[in-house]
Amino acid sequence: MSGSLLLTGGRVIDPSSGLDEVRDVLVRDGRVEAVEQGVAGPEGIPRIEAEGLVVAPGLIDVHVHLREPGAEHKETIRTGAQSAAAGGFTTIWAMPNTDPPLDDPAAVGFVREEARRWARKGEGGARVSPVAAASLGLAGEQMTEIGGLVEAGAVAVTDDGHPIHDPALMRRLLEYTQSFGIPVLQHAEDMALSAGGVMNESAVATALGLRGIPNASEATVVARDIYLAELTGGHVHVQHVSTREAVELIRVARERGVRVSGEASPHHMALTEEAVRGYRTEAKMNPPLRSAADRLAVRQGLIDGVLECVATDHAPHHYEEKEREFDDAPFGIVGLETALAVCIGELVKPGDLPLFDLVERMSTAPARLMGIEGGTLRPGSRADLVLFDPDEEWTVDPASFRSKSRNTPFGGWEVTGRVKRTIVGGETRYRDESAGPD
Amino acid sequence: MTAQGRESGFGKDLIGLEALTGDQIEAILDTAEPFKEISERKIKKVPVLRGQTIVNLFLEPSTRTRISFEFAEKRLSADTVNISSAGSSVQKGETLVDTARNLEAMRIHMVVVRHGSSGAAKFLADRIPSNVINAGDGQHEHPTQALLDLLTIRDRFGAIAGRRVCIVGDILHSRVARSNIWGLLKCGADVAVCGPRTLIPAGIEELGVQRLDSIEEAIEWCDVLYVLRLQLERMEGGYVPSLREYNRVFGVSSERLGRAGDEMIVLHPGPMNRGVEIDSDVADGPRSVILPQVTNGVAVRMAVLYLLAGGRPELAEDAKAAAR
Ligand SMILES: [Zn+2]
Repeated sequence: MSGSLLLTGGRVIDPSSGLDEVRDVLVRDGRVEAVEQGVAGPEGIPRIEAEGLVVAPGLIDVHVHLREPGAEHKETIRTGAQSAAAGGFTTIWAMPNTDPPLDDPAAVGFVREEARRWARKGEGGARVSPVAAASLGLAGEQMTEIGGLVEAGAVAVTDDGHPIHDPALMRRLLEYTQSFGIPVLQHAEDMALSAGGVMNESAVATALGLRGIPNASEATVVARDIYLAELTGGHVHVQHVSTREAVELIRVARERGVRVSGEASPHHMALTEEAVRGYRTEAKMNPPLRSAADRLAVRQGLIDGVLECVATDHAPHHYEEKEREFDDAPFGIVGLETALAVCIGELVKPGDLPLFDLVERMSTAPARLMGIEGGTLRPGSRADLVLFDPDEEWTVDPASFRSKSRNTPFGGWEVTGRVKRTIVGGETRYRDESAGPD
Repeated sequence: MTAQGRESGFGKDLIGLEALTGDQIEAILDTAEPFKEISERKIKKVPVLRGQTIVNLFLEPSTRTRISFEFAEKRLSADTVNISSAGSSVQKGETLVDTARNLEAMRIHMVVVRHGSSGAAKFLADRIPSNVINAGDGQHEHPTQALLDLLTIRDRFGAIAGRRVCIVGDILHSRVARSNIWGLLKCGADVAVCGPRTLIPAGIEELGVQRLDSIEEAIEWCDVLYVLRLQLERMEGGYVPSLREYNRVFGVSSERLGRAGDEMIVLHPGPMNRGVEIDSDVADGPRSVILPQVTNGVAVRMAVLYLLAGGRPELAEDAKAAAR
């Protein structure tokens, strides 16, 4: 029976219903039917032994770059979705800074359909939701036809890769998107302040002779956007928050009821600018790795819920593109296949965030925040699930990634927490081979 | 001797002074002493690097540093090849990693590299077995320049430790400033920087230097005034309003030097913008050691080449004597 299975004896964590207990999960026809103890299950349904594993709603990543169309040597929709499934993600949001960009309904439809086509062929991964460009050509001038883009499947708008610089355009976007109930995702960076910068502005940059990007280049844009969200009532979501100043601005604005939210990336919580020393291009991303104080602030922001969700900013680049002078290497790192383990190691193991809460930040919270399906195991919901061993120790080997790219600062890291199986609509889309035959 | 895996006591390469200890830096300066004398001789050659091939890879325009290295290499009898960006494959879009592969295939012993990007010398050093000497990488380091400056200061004062050195000008974009800061601190000097706040990089105090805002204060404070070149493009970048304004606020004039101590000396890495960061009567005046800097440049580079080729500091005298 396709789309049906019984998961037995796992530790079920479902933040949407406050559940954290050993239960069986019965999935029928792609939907969760029951989460109970001692579910017998109908004859002929595949049974999966989940003892010792966490069974949770599939992870959701609202910030992924899939590179297709235009840069298929870095990643494709197929490999990106498979990489996501290998990381325990069942839904990912694809950013529009492709070539051509996702600024018209055909391009948006292509991304959605391409993911579905591979899934039908048995080579699917996570569900892929396209995020449309906020401005035509990502040029920051003219608003895209958001109504048509939403009809074609867009779930949000952004110019990510670039900031939405013009405050008047940002204002109009925050007004106009309210008709469709979607957020504006902002890559918060003042390009005049960051111009030419390749890492955090600090004593480390000074010693390395690299041009710095000041915290203020993020904070000033976040402050402006908060006032625009307050003015318009629109929802601005700050992508990859990297500075203590931005965390503080978001905290204060939320307290007074402004519709501003933020995401924390695993790398900004796990690493500081020190990782750049030696001119390591796999530690070059935008926004850059910041100081120890910023790292702590972003972690605390996630722990406190000021930053509601984890998002990877998965940004694949070909090996040769990163193998060059630091100034000339592109920004960005891959993150889908290391996110869960890095977050467990950074947040759960030291006792700063219960595993239950981490699942919430990586699944239930992004679904609730963005108003999308998923993030729950309540009966009747879509059977998007992840099974992971929260205690398994493993070594990150970039060569084993499903992603086409290997640009990670976590290569060789000893990490804890391994995805064993990822189920999308009741169908297994990823299974850890080391677990033995099915 | 092969190029494979050679190491001096300083490691395979000289990328910057940040990685060296004060003792290692002093040992390089000691080694430079006997090489100074060679340059005074009629036959300015010793066979120390006979049979060694050195590539001078200059991917950014430079005349003085390249010529200084060439003199040093020739006086040590090395075979040299010059590759500069103009007309080479490098300008035609060859990547640095390809350049590295080609150099490796040529089995050369040493590479002296000048490059516009910070980290480029290390990038190369990590990928080839040859010894790599950084002749200036972006805004990172220019270690041989700092070594010759240190030698010049030591010549004048007998020791670097305890001396007060103030570096004046565009610290933000200066690899010379960075290498001097590391070298001076490691050798025990007190270091300050002075310049417009727009050209003082973030977190400079964390490196262990103090910041002085007025040139008058700097001149009164220091034993060594190290004047940096103000690159004319800094005006376009909006860092300073005009050259005239820069000269008015930070220019080193003989009038301002009236506040200096008797022994105070003035250094400049060249080439100078006379009338901008330094006035001619200072550059050519009694406190200037700018020409001895140039002479020391060759000796220090000979020392570095000699040491990276496996020579030991205490043998430099013997090496010189053997050539007699
Ligand atoms: Zn971004």
